[in-house]
Parts: sequence; structure tokens; C-alpha cells
Amino acid sequence: MPTDQKTETVFSKELENFIAEWKEKPGNLIMILHKVQSEFGYISRSAAMKVAEMLDIPLAKIYGVITFYHFFKLNKPGKNVIQVCMGTACYLKGGQAILDETAKHLNIPVKGVTDDGLFSLESVRCVGCCGLAPVVVIGDEVFGKVLPEQMPEILANFSE
Amino acid sequence: MAYKHYVLVCGGTGCESSKADDIFNNLKAEVANAGLENDVQVVKTGCFGFCEKGPIVKVLPEDAFYVEVKPEDAEEIVKETLVKGRIVKRLAYADESGKTSAIPEEIGFYQKQMRIVLRNCGLIDPEKIDEYIARDGYAALEKVLFEMTPDEVIEEMKISGLRGRGGAGFPTWMKWNFTKQVESDVKYIVCNADEGDPGAYMDRSTLEGDPHSILEAMAIAGYAVGAQQGFIYIRAEYPLAIKRLEIAMAQAREYGLLGQNILGSNFSFDIEIRLGAGAFVCGEETALLASIEGKRGMPTPKPPFPAVCGLWKKPTVINNVETWANVPVIITKGGKWFASIGTEKSSGTKVFALTGKIKNSGLVEVPMGTTLREIVYDIGGGIKGGKAFKAVQTGGPSGGVITAKMIDTPIDFDNLIAAGSMMGSGGMIVMDEDDCIIDVAKFYQEFCVEESCGKCSPCRIGTRKLYDILTKISEGKGTMQDLDQLKEIGEAMKRAALCGLGQTAPNPVLSSLHYFYDEYLEHIQDKKCRAGKCKKLITYTINDNCRGCTLCARKCPVNCISGEVRQKHTIDATKCIKCGECMKNCKFDAIEKK
Repeated sequence: MPTDQKTETVFSKELENFIAEWKEKPGNLIMILHKVQSEFGYISRSAAMKVAEMLDIPLAKIYGVITFYHFFKLNKPGKNVIQVCMGTACYLKGGQAILDETAKHLNIPVKGVTDDGLFSLESVRCVGCCGLAPVVVIGDEVFGKVLPEQMPEILANFSE
Repeated sequence: MAYKHYVLVCGGTGCESSKADDIFNNLKAEVANAGLENDVQVVKTGCFGFCEKGPIVKVLPEDAFYVEVKPEDAEEIVKETLVKGRIVKRLAYADESGKTSAIPEEIGFYQKQMRIVLRNCGLIDPEKIDEYIARDGYAALEKVLFEMTPDEVIEEMKISGLRGRGGAGFPTWMKWNFTKQVESDVKYIVCNADEGDPGAYMDRSTLEGDPHSILEAMAIAGYAVGAQQGFIYIRAEYPLAIKRLEIAMAQAREYGLLGQNILGSNFSFDIEIRLGAGAFVCGEETALLASIEGKRGMPTPKPPFPAVCGLWKKPTVINNVETWANVPVIITKGGKWFASIGTEKSSGTKVFALTGKIKNSGLVEVPMGTTLREIVYDIGGGIKGGKAFKAVQTGGPSGGVITAKMIDTPIDFDNLIAAGSMMGSGGMIVMDEDDCIIDVAKFYQEFCVEESCGKCSPCRIGTRKLYDILTKISEGKGTMQDLDQLKEIGEAMKRAALCGLGQTAPNPVLSSLHYFYDEYLEHIQDKKCRAGKCKKLITYTINDNCRGCTLCARKCPVNCISGEVRQKHTIDATKCIKCGECMKNCKFDAIEKK
């Protein structure tokens, strides 16, 4: 996957300040990685290298952490991230069918990104709205009691 | 300033995602339109619990309770209820018989509930410390600082009989006491808000609806054990809860309720937030501490227990959100009062996230010892769509099933363990006749395979082996030997795995095998899945209703349906991928699934 090496080694002032503020605090790594991911949407190799340099820790330690936790992404996600909940309540109420239908409709696998970079698809564990099961989250918007056949229509609203 | 009316809008994540924000803004605008700004306050509160019927709006003092409210209903609520004092019947809750109830006390969902943990959820604005204080908030902290010694605090906790609500049910006072007794210059208090059990969301709702109760409780424990620093370890997936905690912490510092010399006493205590990053194993104490330290969240053997040697090797008290939420009430109302609620060995209440195939899904808080029947039928309203009750899974991926036979068992820590399940964090997933017990066990096992940290082999290899065997059974390739293997591997994992995750991971398999043995046999011997969930075991056929309209043949993605126009069609079972498209599209009920 092509990545823009240049922009991802340029951290915003806010991010640089955050790292400076946390640098001496014990147990800072996960908090700093969260901040990096919220700026770029994922943690690129070049960004991880820069963090390693700034904190003076081995790159391997950073990769050990990023790959352990599901929340951290190694690849650039689509403009709109589709999260299909696969918590127990959603699973029983047809979460799998929604995931399959969405993958079919977008013609990408789970964890894949569409060619135009507009959508990426993920399955997630419980977003905590079990009363609305089955649930799909796109960006910040939560859709509850979703039927698989509604997905094309829901996605159409994000297609601009 | 007192208002004549209060309009409470649920601001929990469930309702927020159903446009509660727009409802809140519209209500404010309509109140202003009607010139009632000085008489009416519109408040965004925490979760009311009745998520099935959200978004929820409640009007006080009328106690009018409106369900499934839409933003455009704001005008009618203001004009009818606030201006004319009339109930909007259209928005009131209606039960199956069509009887409407406009006040919560009349609704079955609320009748058997008792709210201690959720006492402020749905009642106060969680972003305003004054509203928490008005409900006796921080009175417990004041009481311990000026009227009680640390030993007296621990004694009160002992009398209350409070046991950890994170799942294992360890007596809270004992954890505190261990930490208190260790000599150390630095000690820590940790709140476990890494709610990873899929299908449980009581901690999220508590944090979103009543964040100050957690801060107050942690400060009380800090005073009791001699700690000055607390950490809240919370899932990054809960942005609203994080935001409300941050607001609450800033307000508490401003009021002198956190920080140096709290309320002018010699006691200083502060709290920081640390974000989790989506690892179920981090709910395990030692893994959680590793994660706060910024490392991979892998557990370490116990002993040493965190109470003695925890965060950065210092004595550390770790309790879960729901446990913390009980603490301030125990201090203000007394341990004796708390112990009088619930059963002898499990005092107090428990919050359950009631979900799955149930009519009224939502958050329910009941005294310990309430039976499953009361929860499923009286509160939950029974099974959706008139289907038959099959089982309830408690304890998520670490728990097991409770069947119809045990539906009258009083629910507490010990009874659930005796039944082969566990309390866990309180997820309660209701299953009906359409759910296949092997499919569900496989679902949980897949979860455990993914979430196993890989450090110890019983868990890393065991979860994978169990999953593979279950897959084999679900595909009709299982043998009787496989059942023995499931048991043998499961029992070995219970004894040999390093941490709670691996020790409890086989529970869903072992308990379903115990209670639904005949269903396992059906899958193996008859190659049959009675719920029709295991794809490889179902066959689609076409019956005599077929008119030969050819629709199914055109919809079939693998072209396995053939037949002449206006003649009965047939499905080639060897090519069929069991996608169900034919059945979904047939207009004549001619497709059968077996």
C-alpha cells in the first residue's frame, strides 16, 4: 500500500507537544500511540519510527504494542470506516449477514479498503448499544436494528 | 433556582445514536418558543436503562415517561405536557395488550428493579457536579475524611459484604485490607473500565450517567489504604464516557474534591485516565496493569497479587466500575443496610445487560437472588416473536448457559458457579429456539482464540483445538470421540491456564455440552441442526407449491436450481451453497429448509 512518507513524519504542533508532555511519564507509550492514530487514522511505519526516535525506545517495542492491541491500525483506513458489530447480541440478531452483505456490496473483504479509498470494512466487538442490535457504526454515526438489505442505501449516503 | 418542570432526555450512547441530541436541542428551542425558559429546565442525563424503547424523555414532576421519541415530537411535548399539563398518549409506553403507562412505576420493566448502582443514571446531568452533590454526592468522602479512620472504612466495607462485580466476586474489603497492611511509600487505586465482554455495557452506562460516583469511591479507597494516586483504565471505544470522566475530574479538582488537601484535610488524591486499546485479556488484573505501564497486556502468575505487588511493583487496589459505584452509598447508608439487600452471601444488587431475543432489552438492576424467570419474563417481557425460550448465557465468553430447568434459581455468585456458569460482568444473552447451541459455543470460542494473548500454551492451543472441534461438529463431520476430547481439553485448560481468560474460556463449551448433550448428538449422529443455523447441515428443497415462476433459478448465485417454466423446479443439493436467496425471494412458500 502506498503511503505518503513525507506527511506522516510531520507531526502537528499539538501532537509534538503531547509527546513532549508525556515523554518522561512512566507508561506513556499507549497514550502516545492513541494520539498518533487519532491524527493520521493509523500508525504508519514512518510515524512509528519517529515516535521511537522521540522516545528513544526500540522500534520493535512499538510494533510489539501496536500488533498486540486490536485498536491500533497498521494500514490506512478508508475515508469512511464501516464497523459492523459482532458482539453476542448483534451476532444472534444477524450481524454476520450484515457483514457478508456489506463485503459483497463493496466487493472488499473484511479489513479491506475500497479502491477509491472511500470505505473500509471492519468487524468489531460490541459497541455497547446492545438494545439497538444489530448495530453498524460508520464514522461517528450509529445505525441500529439494521437489516442486511438496508446497507446499500445507508452506504449511498456516504458516497460523495 | 428551582424550576417548575424538568425535562430529562436520555444521553446514553444508545439513545444518542438515535438522535437524542436533536431531541434535546428541539426541546430547548420549543421551551424558548413558548417563553418557558425560566420555568423549565431541559437536562441531558445518563441512561434510563430501557434501551429497547429509546430514545427516552421524562418530564418531572409529572413523571411522564415517553418512549421512542423523535426530534419532531418536541413541539407536542412542550405544548401538551408543559403548557397544558396533559400526557401525550401517543408517546407513552404501551404493553402488548395495548394498555398505556405514562409513568415508569406502572411499567413492568421497572417494577422489580432496585437502583443502587444506577441511582443517578437518568436523573442528573452527568456533566454538572452540583447535581451530583445535590443527590448526596461527595457526602461519603466528607464522612470518611472527618468522621472515620481508615480501619473503620474497611470495617464498614466488610459489614456490607460487597463482592467484586467484575466477575469473580472476591470480597472487596479483603482486597483493600491486603493493600492497607503492606508498608509502602506509594500505593495505587485502579478502576477497571475495560469492559470487553461482548454484550455487556453496564460500566459504560454508569460512567456516562454518573461519573462522579466512581471518582468519589476511588478517593474513599485511597484514604482507606493510604494511596494518593488513582488510574481509570478505560476502553478507547467509549469516547462519550471518557469525555464525561474528563469533565467530572476537572470539576472535582475545581471544587477541591480531588487534588491536594481534599476539603482542607491532610489527604491528597488525584486520578488519571489511561486508555485501553481493545484487548479482552486486559480485563484480567495483571494484564491490565501491564497495559497501564504501556506494555503488551499479558498476564503474570499470581501470587504475588496486585494488592501486594501491582502497578510498578507497588501495592494496588483494582476494582471494577460497578463495584466502585456501590462504595459511596455503603458509606452514607451503612454496611448493615447494604447487607440487608440481596442474599446472605451475595449482598446488594447486580446490574445486568439484558439482550438477545428478548422483548425489552436494556440495563436492569435487581437485588441479588432475583430469579431468572423474574428477569426474563417480568422485566424483560419474555421472548420476542412468541418463540420458545432456550437458554440464557451469563458471564459472556467466560460463562455458560442457564436452561429453562434452572429458570427459578435465585441468581447470585455461588448459584451461578454451581450451575457451571459465572456472574461475569453481567451480560445476559437470551437465546430462543432459533439459536443453535453449538453455533453459540463456536462464536465464543472464536472470540477466545482471537483474544488469547498467546503467553501460555493451554490457552493458546486449547482455545484453537476447541474451536476446530466445534467447527468439525457444526459441519457434520464430528465423531463421538470429539465430545470426549472437548471435555478433556476443557478440563485441562481450567487447571493449567495462566490467567482467568484461559481458565474460563472452555466454560461455554463445557456447560453447553452438559446441558444440551442431545443437540451435540444430533449434530454428530443425525447430521442435523434443529435451529437451522449450521449451514453445512441444512438442505433446501422445493415443494409442490412451486408454480415454476423461475425467480429462484434466476436469483441463485451458483445456478443450482433447474426446471421448465410453469413446472416444478429442483435444487441440486451437491452444488447448493445454502445462501438462502431462493427462500428469501420465493413468493409461494415453495422452498423448505431442513
